Formats: sequence, C-alpha cells, structure tokens
Amino acid sequence: MTFLIVILTLVLLGLVALVVGAPLRSARRARDVEPQEGARSQPGGEPASPSAYTRDELEVAREAKYREIRDAELDYRTGKLSREDYEAIDADLRAEALEILNRLEGVTPTEP
Amino acid sequence: MAGFGFACLVLALVVCAYGIGVSLYGARSGRVEFSESGRRSVYALALVLTVAMVVLELAFVGNDFAFNTVADTSSRTTPLFYRAAAVWSSQEGSLLLWAWLMSLWSSLALFLTRRRLRDVAAYATAILLGFGAFFVGLMVFYANPFATTHPAPAEGVGLDPLLRFPAMMIHPPMLYSGYTLCIVPLAFGMGALLARRVDADWIKVIRRFAFAAWLFLGAGIMLGALWSYSELGWGGYWGWDAVENAALLPWLTGTAFLHSLMIQEKRGMLKVWNVSLALATGTLAVMGTFLVRSGILDSIHAFGGHTLGVPFVILIALLIAGSIYLVASRRSMLRSEHRLDSWLSREAAFLANNLVLVALAFVILWGTYFPLISEAIGGQEASVGPPWFDRYTVPLALILVLLSGVGPVIAWRRATLANARRNFMIPIGCALATLIGLEAGGVTAHPLAIVMFCLAGFVVGSVGQEFYRGTRARIAIAHEPPPLALLALVRRNRRRYGGYIVHIGIAVMFVGVAASSSFQHASELGLNPGQSTRIGSYEIRYVRPTASITPAEDRAHTGSTLSLGAVLDVTQNGHHVATLDPSEGFYASEEASQGTVGSLIGGQPVSHIAMNLNLARNVWTAVQPDIETPDLKRIITDGNNTLPPQDAIIAVAYLARAYLKHPPQAQFNFLVSPLVLWLWIGAIVIIGGSITALWPAPSRIRQRVLAGARARTRRGLARA
Amino acid sequence: MDPARRRVARLVVALAVAVVLASALIYTSFSAASPALSPSQLVREAVPGRAYQLTGTVVKGSVHRQGATLDFAMEDRVGGTVIALAYTGIVPDPFREGREVIVTVEKQPNGGYVGERNSLITKCPSKYKTAPPSENQNS
Repeated sequence: MTFLIVILTLVLLGLVALVVGAPLRSARRARDVEPQEGARSQPGGEPASPSAYTRDELEVAREAKYREIRDAELDYRTGKLSREDYEAIDADLRAEALEILNRLEGVTPTEP
Repeated sequence: MAGFGFACLVLALVVCAYGIGVSLYGARSGRVEFSESGRRSVYALALVLTVAMVVLELAFVGNDFAFNTVADTSSRTTPLFYRAAAVWSSQEGSLLLWAWLMSLWSSLALFLTRRRLRDVAAYATAILLGFGAFFVGLMVFYANPFATTHPAPAEGVGLDPLLRFPAMMIHPPMLYSGYTLCIVPLAFGMGALLARRVDADWIKVIRRFAFAAWLFLGAGIMLGALWSYSELGWGGYWGWDAVENAALLPWLTGTAFLHSLMIQEKRGMLKVWNVSLALATGTLAVMGTFLVRSGILDSIHAFGGHTLGVPFVILIALLIAGSIYLVASRRSMLRSEHRLDSWLSREAAFLANNLVLVALAFVILWGTYFPLISEAIGGQEASVGPPWFDRYTVPLALILVLLSGVGPVIAWRRATLANARRNFMIPIGCALATLIGLEAGGVTAHPLAIVMFCLAGFVVGSVGQEFYRGTRARIAIAHEPPPLALLALVRRNRRRYGGYIVHIGIAVMFVGVAASSSFQHASELGLNPGQSTRIGSYEIRYVRPTASITPAEDRAHTGSTLSLGAVLDVTQNGHHVATLDPSEGFYASEEASQGTVGSLIGGQPVSHIAMNLNLARNVWTAVQPDIETPDLKRIITDGNNTLPPQDAIIAVAYLARAYLKHPPQAQFNFLVSPLVLWLWIGAIVIIGGSITALWPAPSRIRQRVLAGARARTRRGLARA
Repeated sequence: MDPARRRVARLVVALAVAVVLASALIYTSFSAASPALSPSQLVREAVPGRAYQLTGTVVKGSVHRQGATLDFAMEDRVGGTVIALAYTGIVPDPFREGREVIVTVEKQPNGGYVGERNSLITKCPSKYKTAPPSENQNS
C-alpha cells in the first residue's frame, strides 16, 4: 500500500512539474534557437507590450461606448429622453466613440 | 490511501508556494514565461485538489472508517447520496471543499484572461495561490481530512439526522461556490492595484465572476432559508443568526458592486468605490467562512474549535490592512474621469442604491459582531436580537425596493424632467391601485407591510411599462409581431431587461417576506386525539396518532428508529383542505447510559414538518409527541433491564403500540403563512433574470449590433 | 459657491448624516442588547424585571415536561452554580440533557427564573462537528 502511495504521488508530482514547467521549457528552447529574440516569445499569446495593453483597453472602451450609444437610443425610444436631450447626448457619445476609434487607429496599423 | 490524500495536500502547498514565487517574479520582471508558469500552477493546484477530493469521496462512498472524518460523519446505514455529500459536513472536509472550489474558479478566471491583463493576472495569481496556501496549510497543519485511526472502527457515527435532506446537501457547495467566487474579484482587484492598471478591461473580467458569486451566494442563502422553513421545527426562514448574516453581507456588497460597476463602465467614475467594494466583498466572504469555522460567536453553528480562529483573524487583518493600503496609495490612479451629470439620472439612482445597500451591510455587520464589540468595549458580552435587526433593515429594504422601481424609468446620464414626471405616472398608479385593492379587500393592518406591497406594485408598474414601451419601439423599427418583438428586445438588450426581471423577482420576494411575517397566524398548544383548534380561517383537528418503526416503514428514509406523529385534518369554512401527517423521528444515540432500548431512540429527535402549500398561503404543522409519560418510560426501563441487546427493538415496537393505543397529549405547532411561496418564486425569477443578463449574446447578434453602431458612428464622422 | 466647494460641502453633509445615523444605530444596539451571562454570573448580577441571555449546559436529569411548560436546570459550562427555570415555547430539535443552550430569562420577584417564550437555542454538540443552520427560535 505504501509503495502504491509513493508511486501515485510521484506520478502526480511528475504531471504537475510537466504542466507547470512547460512555459519555462519552451522559453528556454526559444532562447537557444534564436538568442536575439530575448525572453519575449513564449507560448500562449501576444507579447506583453504596452501598446497591446492600450489596444485591449481601447477595444473594451469602444464596445462599452457602442453599448452606451445603443442604450441612449433605447432610452429615447422608450420615452425617457426628449428629442433634444437625446440628440445632445447622442452627439456627445458619438464624439467620444470617434475619439476612441482614432486612438485605436494610432495604436494598431491596420484598422478593422 | 489516506497517505496519498495527505501527500496531495502537501504537494498542493508546494505548488502554491512555487506559483506565488514565480508569478511575483514574472510580474516584477516582465518575463512572461514565469507568469505563465504561475498561471499553470493554479491549474496544477486544481488538478491536485481534485485528486484529493476524489480520494476523500471514495473513502466516504466505500465506508473506509479508518478515515476519521468518515467515521465521524458517516455510517454503513447512511444512504449513498448522503455518504457522498457527507464529505463536506465535517470541518476538515469543508476546508477541502473550499480550497478545491477556489482552485477551480481561479483556473477558470485565469484561463479566460490568459491573453489579456498580463501583469494584473500575474499578481492576481499570486493572491489566489496565497489563499490556496492558507486553506491547504490549515488542512496540513491543523485539520487534516486524511487523518486516520488504526485499527479502523467497524462502524461510523453516522450523519447528523438534521442534515439528511437533499437541500442541506447542496447548500454547502452552493454557498462555498459563492464565497470562493468572491475571492476572484478580490484577487483581480488587488492585482490591478498592484499593477497600477484599474481600467475598463479589468471590469469586464470581474463582472462575470462578481455576478456568478452573487448568484451562487443568493441561491445558497435561499436554499438555507428553504431548509430552515420546511425541515426545522420552528417554522421560520430567517432568524438573523450570525452565520445567515455572514453569507448575506458579501451578497449585499456584491449587489452594490454589480450596480456601481455599470457606472464605472459608462462614465469612468467611482473607481475607488468599486475597487473598495470588490475588496470588501472578498474580505466579507473570508469573514463569513471564518464565522462558520470558529466558535467565535454564540451561534448555533459552533462549528469548530478555537484553533482555527487565530489564523483566520490574522488573514482577515492582513486583507483589511492590505486593502486600505493599496487603495490609499493608488488613489491618484483612481480619479474619476467624469462627474455626475445630473441628480435625475440612472447613475444617481444607482448611487443611492449603493448607499442603501452599504448601510444595510453596516447594520447587519454591526449587529452580527456586536457580542465581540460589546465585550471588547465594555467587558460584557451582549447580543442583539431579531427585533433590533428588523427595526433597521425594514426601512432600508423599503427604500431599496422603491429605488429598484425608480431606476428602470430614468435615463442614463440625464433624464428630461418633463419626461420623468410623465414616466412615473403609471408606476405610481399601480402603487395606488394596489393600495386601493388592499383596502377594499380588508387588508388594513401592518402599515409597513402595506407600504411594501404598494412599492412592489410600483416596481411591477415601472418594469411592465419598460417592457411594453421597449416592445412597441422594436415593433416600430422591425415590424415584428409582439411576441417576437419582445423576445428580440430582450435578446438584444440582455443586461437591461435581465436586470429588470431581477427587480421584479426582488419585488415578489419582498412581498412574500412582508406578507408571511406580518400577517402570519401562529399557534402552539397541546391537543388530544379528537380535539381541534382554530387558526386564522382554518380549523385543524388532531384525528389520530401515527407510529412507525424502521427499517420497514421509514417514509423519510432518514434512518430513524422510531417515528411518532399525528394525522391532522385541515378544513376551512367546513370544506376539507388537506390531511397532514407531521411526525417526529427518534434516532439512535451512542450513550450506553440510556440502556439498550433507550439508546435506540435516545439520539437527537428530528421534526418532520407537514405542510399544505399553495400560492396564497402555507399551512405548516409540526408535532412534538410526548414519550416521557410514566407508562412509556416504564416500557423503556423494563426493556433496558430485561431484554438482550439484539431484541431491544421489540421494546421500541411495544412502545409504538402503546403510544397508538393510549396516546398522551401531544404538543403541536401550527402556522398559517400567507404568500410564503412567493419568497422562492421571487428567488427563481431572480435567477432567471440573472441568467438572462449574464448570458453572452451570440456573436452573430453582437457583430450585427456592433456593425450597426460602428456604421452610425462613421456617418457621424462624415457629417462632422 | 463654485463647484469644488459645493462638492466638498456635499461630502461633509453626507458624512455628517452617516455619522448621525451610525451613532443612533450604535446607541440603540447597546441599550437593546441583552447581556450574555453564565449561571454563576446571573445569580450574582440578575435584577428582577430585566432580560438576560443565559448560556450554560442543561443539567442531566433535570428536564421535565408538564404540558406546555418545560422545566429544566442549567449549569455553568465547567459546573458549579445551577439555575432552575421554566420555559414555554418551541423546543429546538437538538435540545437534550448535557447540551449547551442559550435562553433569554427574566428573574421573577419570587427569585425563580422564567424563560422567555420561544427564545431557546441549542448549540450543536461538538461531537457532530456539523452545522444545521439556524435554530434561532426568536419570533
């Protein structure tokens, strides 16, 4: 029984080490293959550059702004806003959305 | 195999330590492979704890009584379902459940953010693993679920009969899911502060988890209330008990958080408030866990020894101190981007809602921890009871319901005053109609309850108006038939209309609470067979006694040796309403001093409630049969003295027969609670609304909607 | 008043209101609370007419039911002073001799103690390390 326990524990330990160590191993492999890349290339996604952060943020802000524009329209159509108020708010929101789109264009070379 | 289980715990601890180190290094140095390794450590933790859970489950299911927890809470005669669920009925097992659930949610959260929020996620990983290390450490050093005794006892003590009900088995996992889900926003909130990035991206991730935490906590609380009402012998669903309150507190701050998050999303305001709420909710969740674990408050839930109290207090102190420090030191980052545009806006209503919720939380926090506070201040431990809680929570609850009807009718940013005035006419009309209807129906007592009913009418009016107008607007655009228009409206605006449905659920629930507490009829009395009593508009007659002995006739399948009860006939105005059969189950005990017969029925008795429930009211009955009459006691003593142990059950059978032949007066407890079912109907509506709001829109619809918005924005650019 | 000062003024007012409400809350909690005492403390300090929360263990052999009234005695957790009392109302399922209970009592002019209706709470025995939720009988 103790033997079984030891074996199982070692197996689990090995599994854990495999899972946990994978990124470190492939980073070292990448470094060995292309030393000039540095520690930037790794499994699992985009490099952690500041512009990537900003792009993420802007994309989320853009979606939130579109949702606001839709919400304002729904507010108007369900009678909670007068026409003048709606047009004023809509113009504000559109301007803000435009600003976000412009900033996004500045961060990514290709605009979707 | 217990050794393997313990080895898993030790391995888990090592993984946590490694993961914390690696994540922090990855966050500070920017080297992504280390943050990745840290993230995977969380996955590994989930794997290892799953293995540990499986080992423990197998021990329970397989009746391995070498395990102390199995011997303490299970037995060969416990049915399989309860054996499997008994894993978390002990202190040690519930710690493992907590840690395991937390590792699962953490893995999910980190998986969902694997491509974004790099540095925030790295810090969050370290914090989540810190919690993991804490709970696993508690198990490894203080409360080991894999502790064994050799030689193993032949039979276990068995599950506390009070827990042998399905609802009680689901309640802990549900509640613990709620608690552990609260840790994710806490970790990401702290991570965002540590990484100095508190922005829109963070909100998107946190919202889902905060909502899920809120949902599970709410469901757990409602399950507990349901169990208390339908299974326990006191006929109440909420007693302001310390542990009930402990679960309610993070739910309240979570509700506030969900609302104020929307404001941050739209206007970039309330950043300090939001991150504080996220941290507070997580801390309250840990405090709630602590309350149940330690014997620190004189609640019925004296769950564990005081050994666990000290580590928890240290953790909570760290959390509070750390949160205050982080928020204070990063406050320049958390400045609002905008100010409130107008006091007549949905943002203002949400702000008011937040204030009321936090006030409620403060009141309940104060009252719950008052014994500790009063002892610390005055040296004398004192506690406040339900009347004190009710005095403050009822008015706040009324304001909350009012606000939940105001919010839907007001626009974002700034509402037009004239429009607002017009929009409130129908909801106010509904409230007045409710009032008039109640007066006409003769319901005039209990003014606070009446106010609640009218406010519920207000909410229904305001939400109904929103659905109606929204559908009409959709028909004007898309020319769909009304049912399809309604469906499309909700599908395209899930958050808004899901939220409206939740508000309806809240109103329904509070109507149930108000009606069942203010207009309840209660009666406790002793009855002999043939006697009857009047309660409310009902007449209840004790027809005859019942008795049954296991194993052949245990209807509730809960393993009681003896079950004594009554058949009750319920009539209203001469018409037969129901026949009810409440009973009390007598279980075996371990105490040899009671004798061979006495110990068969000397264990904890459990009341089995019988009720007749419909939409309008519940007729709730409970019985406490008297088995201490001189005659019955003599049967037990004679049996103790004369019968060999294996025949002791004969004396019990004899006692049952004697009870049937010459039934003594039994004590009955009757309740007629109006609209109590609405509480749980309201809860189901809330769950339905939450799922609607949480459900991600199919990408097809989302793309179409986004494309439309983008096109209109471009047109705006062209025009400008 | 310019916007910044108006904002500060609003904040001050809001905080003041919060402080006043909190003070009211705190004050009433101290006056509405019932002190928790053990039997030996109760014997020393109890005044007729005031309600106290008595915590202790049910003495073995002291439990007698007479119709709707339950008579039993409580002693300190560590033994010592014994107090007999008469209680009416709901008796929670876990109640039995040797268990820890909490009950609100009032001292009678004749020196005896009466338990407040429906105020009896029984704590889970430590043996069962399990937690059935609220058995709080306060209605």
